[in-house]
Amino acid sequence: MTPAGADAEPNAVVLLGALAVAMVLAFVLSLAIGPVGLGRGLPGEAGALIFREIRLPRAVLGALVGASLGLSGAALQGYLRNPLAEPSLVGVSGGAALGAVLTIHLGLSAAVALTLPLGALLGAALAMLVVVALAGQHGGPVTLILAGLAVSSIATALVSLALNVSQNPFATVEMVFWLMGSLGDRSLPQVWLAAPFMLAGIALLLLLGRALDALTLGEDAARSLGIDVGRTRTMVVAGTALSVGAATAVTGVIGFVGLIVPHALRPFTGHRPGLLLPASMLGGAIMLLTADVVLRLVQPWVELRIGVLTALLGAPFFVWLVLKTRSELAP
Amino acid sequence: MKVEARGLGVDLKGRPVLSGVDFAAQPAEVTAIIGPNGAGKSTLLRALAGLLAPVAGTVLAGARPLSEWHRQAFARALAYLPQDRVVHWALTARAVVALGRLPHQPPGAGESATDARAIAAALAAMDATHLAPRPVIEMSGGERARVLVARALAQEPSALLADEPASGLDPAHQLALFEHFARLATEGRTVIVALHDLSLAARFCHRIVLMHEGRVVAAGTPEDVLTVEHLAAVYRIEARLATLDGVPVVLPRALLP
Repeated sequence: MTPAGADAEPNAVVLLGALAVAMVLAFVLSLAIGPVGLGRGLPGEAGALIFREIRLPRAVLGALVGASLGLSGAALQGYLRNPLAEPSLVGVSGGAALGAVLTIHLGLSAAVALTLPLGALLGAALAMLVVVALAGQHGGPVTLILAGLAVSSIATALVSLALNVSQNPFATVEMVFWLMGSLGDRSLPQVWLAAPFMLAGIALLLLLGRALDALTLGEDAARSLGIDVGRTRTMVVAGTALSVGAATAVTGVIGFVGLIVPHALRPFTGHRPGLLLPASMLGGAIMLLTADVVLRLVQPWVELRIGVLTALLGAPFFVWLVLKTRSELAP
Repeated sequence: MKVEARGLGVDLKGRPVLSGVDFAAQPAEVTAIIGPNGAGKSTLLRALAGLLAPVAGTVLAGARPLSEWHRQAFARALAYLPQDRVVHWALTARAVVALGRLPHQPPGAGESATDARAIAAALAAMDATHLAPRPVIEMSGGERARVLVARALAQEPSALLADEPASGLDPAHQLALFEHFARLATEGRTVIVALHDLSLAARFCHRIVLMHEGRVVAAGTPEDVLTVEHLAAVYRIEARLATLDGVPVVLPRALLP
């Protein structure tokens, strides 16, 4: 299981330091690279305008959304003690998608632009409340996954219904594009709307290190080590809803980051779920910023959306995970 | 620290599992909980560790009801070792044992020199120092069991509650485990063990509590509890009790009709 590159007892400071440096590099790259080079041409007003209105929101969003997705993936995998867990599992992404699609369908987003992220945030919060109510006060990890799947299915069905009955082709296209997920063309006000929620969720999830470490030994042992398991669950759900809900509200659905990043970094943390939290937060930001830069550099025949790219990369990764798990479970 | 239950009743999924259980384990003693499968040994241990809410009676640790304990202070005072030997991630043995230090670390603090000493001592006590850098999920059942006992030892509790810690261990490590429990008792700690090996119970435990169908049938010294009559009534076995070279031996000779 342990790859040669990963130390048995890795140094947390070195690992997080290296990831932080890489994240800063990715952030600077994201600011610097685009159709208009900011280093040389276009000095002065146009350059400043591009920087402030296009590059900066895009880079800030990439970092915050990637951090939210990576961190909440690590938190969910740690809490559910399941390496296949992902933020979309607990219904938050589905709820946000439904909320956003509804605001487009009802024409609200055409009237006031900020209603779209607000609707998505509301959808995410509602989905979370329904999931928690469904899972019950003392439901364990499995009930939480099942409740999340149920709510996701309902949300997907309602999104399909909205697409199906949509009379306005422009609204339909907008809904479909939004569902694909993108960092492009987002304004600073949208970033400012979502950022406090993402940061609050990130802060909540980062507090879970001890609890997730202790849960490695199962719920009874964790409780006997002084962990409040019920509070841990509340914090996982609330932190995921806030960070991923707000992220999805601005960028649309970006899948698989929360699955791939914790999985890739786990060996380098000595498989410790607590250390994996900050590592996956930085790793998620690096992955999303880098993917976004690569998308801008390769300039394919059409603009490829980042949600599509992460899905294209993530789905085969999921297949590989299934095969690996199967061979490990085989007698 | 004295660990005590008074008139304890516990329901699991609406079914009464324990009723009217009076139990006391004294400091500086190893107390065994024995009884057939389904007698309620594990449930009693979990209730004593504060993991189950009783429907009747109270549990006291150090003469204080569990509800008056602060969560973190209770975790420093009492360690609980579950029967299922679950380790969910590929943590090394050392990292698993280090989890026992969590109640001693203030939030945000890393491992202190005291923590490192306790971890090393716990690994050494369980003959697991050489296992330290290996992932626990790749170990044999017995090795894993020893690492998990070491985790509870690293917690350095006043009271240690262990649910069948000896099962799956080879005879040498079973002896070493119980000799260590005896050593913990001489240090003044309270040790409570649920187990099936009656000879081990007779040899190493100061007091034995015999359970049957959710009730305490007998409690006292090994001589008082491990009698042919008790074993016949509770286990439905015909047992032979003997002493070989000064070591008590319980031999289940035959099933009773």
